[in-house]
Amino acid sequence: MYEKDGEKYFIVDSHSHFWDASRENWVEGQEQYAKGWIDCFYGYHQLGPPETQWDWEKYLKITESDFEKDVFEEGHVDVAIFQSTYLKSWYKNGFNTAEQNAALIDKFPDKLIVNGRWDPREGDAGLRQLEEDARRYNLKGVKLYTAEWSAGSRGWKLTDPAAYVFLEKCEELGITNIHVHKGPTIWPLDKDAFDVADVDHAATDFQGLNFIVEHVGLPRIEDFCFMAVQEPNVYAGLSVVTGGLMHARPKFFAKVMGELLFWVGEDKMLFGSDYSIWEPKWQVEGLVDWQMPDDPSLADYPRLTTASRKKILGLNAAKLYGIEVPAECRLPTTAAEPMQPGEELVEGTAGAQA
Amino acid sequence: MTTTAPPGVPPAVWAALETVLDPELDEPITGLDFVESCTVSGGGVARVRLRLPTFFCAPNFSFLMVADAYDAVSAVEGVTRAEVTLADHHASDEINGGVAAQAGFTGSFAGEAVAELDELRRTFLTKAAVAGQDRVARPLVDAGAGPDELAAMTLGDAPDSVDKRRLRERRERLGLPPGDDAPLLMHPDGSPVTSAQVPLHLRRARLQRIGIETNGEYCKSLLAARYAKSGS
Repeated sequence: MYEKDGEKYFIVDSHSHFWDASRENWVEGQEQYAKGWIDCFYGYHQLGPPETQWDWEKYLKITESDFEKDVFEEGHVDVAIFQSTYLKSWYKNGFNTAEQNAALIDKFPDKLIVNGRWDPREGDAGLRQLEEDARRYNLKGVKLYTAEWSAGSRGWKLTDPAAYVFLEKCEELGITNIHVHKGPTIWPLDKDAFDVADVDHAATDFQGLNFIVEHVGLPRIEDFCFMAVQEPNVYAGLSVVTGGLMHARPKFFAKVMGELLFWVGEDKMLFGSDYSIWEPKWQVEGLVDWQMPDDPSLADYPRLTTASRKKILGLNAAKLYGIEVPAECRLPTTAAEPMQPGEELVEGTAGAQA
Repeated sequence: MTTTAPPGVPPAVWAALETVLDPELDEPITGLDFVESCTVSGGGVARVRLRLPTFFCAPNFSFLMVADAYDAVSAVEGVTRAEVTLADHHASDEINGGVAAQAGFTGSFAGEAVAELDELRRTFLTKAAVAGQDRVARPLVDAGAGPDELAAMTLGDAPDSVDKRRLRERRERLGLPPGDDAPLLMHPDGSPVTSAQVPLHLRRARLQRIGIETNGEYCKSLLAARYAKSGS
């Protein structure tokens, strides 16, 4: 919990990792990709405030006590949700698998939620694995990489019939939160791998599931926003937005936040630190202190209230994951119904300042 | 935005490189600091080395930049041969070999790509033409132009500016009307925007511009971090 000026914020970090990019874990013959991947992450890391940056060696693999300190002790996080990233073609034991995450779960059972994964190209065996993982880890969510390369296949779409089988299985198993990575990716080569159109269709067809688009589709934030404004079960995962822009490009951070608040709305935005790309501490504190700057070019964007910060930093994710929030951190239930995103447009009131 | 040729680089070759856009960011590779080195030998052999913000930058856009730079530099008078290569990238070998052999994208990535990149390029030019309308129309909105007025305006009505020339150029490449009599505001398919559609259209144009520009800022920060050590 984070407390500032008498306000108490319940923090859910909806996007956290515990990875192993150490040299011992690099697959022989694939070293350049394994190194290239973590170098890429390290580039992002360097967009954070200088005093929060680590040296590259430490960045390769952190210890359980680093995690505990950075996330829970100093990072203000009450509950962290682990996303898994396998990348077994480059990392022998995987980059960040559910098994690695689970070791930490045993240590912090009340503070960690682990998300699983699936890949429709794995067919029946994948479905069985998902059932087993759901049982073992009590899964409430999964993280999907639609652009992951697998045995010569250049990625897949949520709308593939095989993917629908897995989405139906998720409904059946009560795995209601589908995090989809739509951010920097590589494959398929000849298409735009960031395309979010498949999320649009799947969200319409699976109203009982929530689709959290990680990194808000950056660098295709426009496609994401046009889609999210129409789909009540699509959410914006703020990881990479906060970490990569709040410090390095504050003006652009303000614009992106303004657009998200307008199109997606404060009820559907979820804080995620993307640890250990960046530490949560400065991001949580920064978001609590942040307000839309007084600048004429930003004048028609929504402002943040204390209530909106509480929702974005934890209450929205707590609702999706059924996490109990201490009474002192909840919002008063009598609050007026917030305006729906885009409502101004429907009413035409934004016209004058468009 | 134009930049000056670095010392030792013939201005004509630099000018050619300035016409090469990062298709995704809609900015010239020169201003993005993607040109690591450029030399022209006495015999007219131009050697250009490009670099990108990350090891895993999308190979499709990377390929387009290398191929476009090759075409642009090859066309410069006095250049007898061009060698354009991409440094420090996971697909450097495929891209460099493919461009040198004029193999096209599918030839360079046999088995991994099934189509050339024309459609991808068009998608991003379309985005650029939407974003460009915000750049040109925003000052008019700020000066008080309302939806009726904006819907009736032509490109010729807007004051001349770098942004307006840029918008014309993007429209031209898309086969959309670029002239003074063309509507200022236009849907991606070229149809005019009605006054009732103006507010939403401008909202979308602004979001599109912010999307592209934020991506550009991200790339610039990452490039600066990646190459800081080498002192460039």
